[in-house]
Amino acid sequence: MQILIKLKLFATLEKYSSDLSDPYPIKSGATAGELIDQLKIPRDKVKLIFINGVRGSFSTALQDGDRVGLFPPVGGG
Amino acid sequence: MTGSGSFLRWGVVDLESDIIKEIRQLSVVKKRPDGTFYSSLSVNRVACLADSVGIAGRLVEITALENDIIPERYIRNMQTISIDDQISLLNAKVCIVGLGGLGGAVTELLARIGVGSLTLVDGDTFEDSNLNRQMLSTEHLLSTPKTDAAAARIKKINSSVEIFSCPEFMNHENAGQFVNGTDAVVDCLDNIKTRFILEDAARNTGIPMIFAAVAGHIGQISTIFPEDTGLELIYGNPEKLTTAKGAETLLGTPPYTAAIMASLEVCEVTKVLLKRKEILRNRLLALDLDQNTLEILHLE
Repeated sequence: MQILIKLKLFATLEKYSSDLSDPYPIKSGATAGELIDQLKIPRDKVKLIFINGVRGSFSTALQDGDRVGLFPPVGGG
Repeated sequence: MTGSGSFLRWGVVDLESDIIKEIRQLSVVKKRPDGTFYSSLSVNRVACLADSVGIAGRLVEITALENDIIPERYIRNMQTISIDDQISLLNAKVCIVGLGGLGGAVTELLARIGVGSLTLVDGDTFEDSNLNRQMLSTEHLLSTPKTDAAAARIKKINSSVEIFSCPEFMNHENAGQFVNGTDAVVDCLDNIKTRFILEDAARNTGIPMIFAAVAGHIGQISTIFPEDTGLELIYGNPEKLTTAKGAETLLGTPPYTAAIMASLEVCEVTKVLLKRKEILRNRLLALDLDQNTLEILHLE
């Protein structure tokens, strides 16, 4: 059983999205952390996880139709 | 509007009524584009009065505004910013920490909008790699302290502004003294670790901090009040930080991203000073200039 999510990878994480389908399929009940593993993004490169515009964590369970945004740390000025 | 006594604070009561008389005599009636009239006080008149009495220009301007006379330099602020708002801004003290890509433009815009006192904190000097985005840098000013360049620029733009220069890098020991006595602090730093030091200082002083950061086409901004969780929601536990820098080490800092985020910071600090409701508290505005998206994300 799979669910479909909308993914947006920001800044240096964008390179991990080059061959991904949109919407992106993932197994039902997967967490944000499992999504990040499936995308082959090292977890320590992800600083902020947003699900439907609200801050989540690696353990947040994803639902069908969720919009997921991932940021690396951003620190310049 | 009646004078609320901007000079009373300085213990010169008689001076105030004399100055009001002078301001009235030196003001001229002008017409707005919509056909309405207003009393205007020119930049030169403000400077001459301030010089002759030996007070900061912002005090002359506050007195004029309290008597419904608008310093002409702020006429294009008006309506969006009311007379009372302009008085609040001229009475406000803002600390700018970091005078690079964000801080240079923030300094310029805060001076132009008429924030009355600016504390400038940066221990750095200009170098070649700053020239792509740092508004205060010029070829002529390479190796010049950034605080010197900022103070000179403010004086050229708005001599009414009071300037407090702190040519030092911020650390745990000195952070408190820089932000103490100010109404808000604008984070224009270029590294994550020092942002946490600044957040601590702002929290201990009881003032809000406007955070912004840039990497490539990405910009983030949020406003943190002393009682808010703040940066930990954005960067995680500061004790577990593995690096002081972020994606900007790979993506650089292009000028347009720095300038637009600086502009958003100035808009936000203005709204905070004027106690407007729609501020980015517990929310992160994330701008992606490559994808042309702007999202407001909820941090809590």
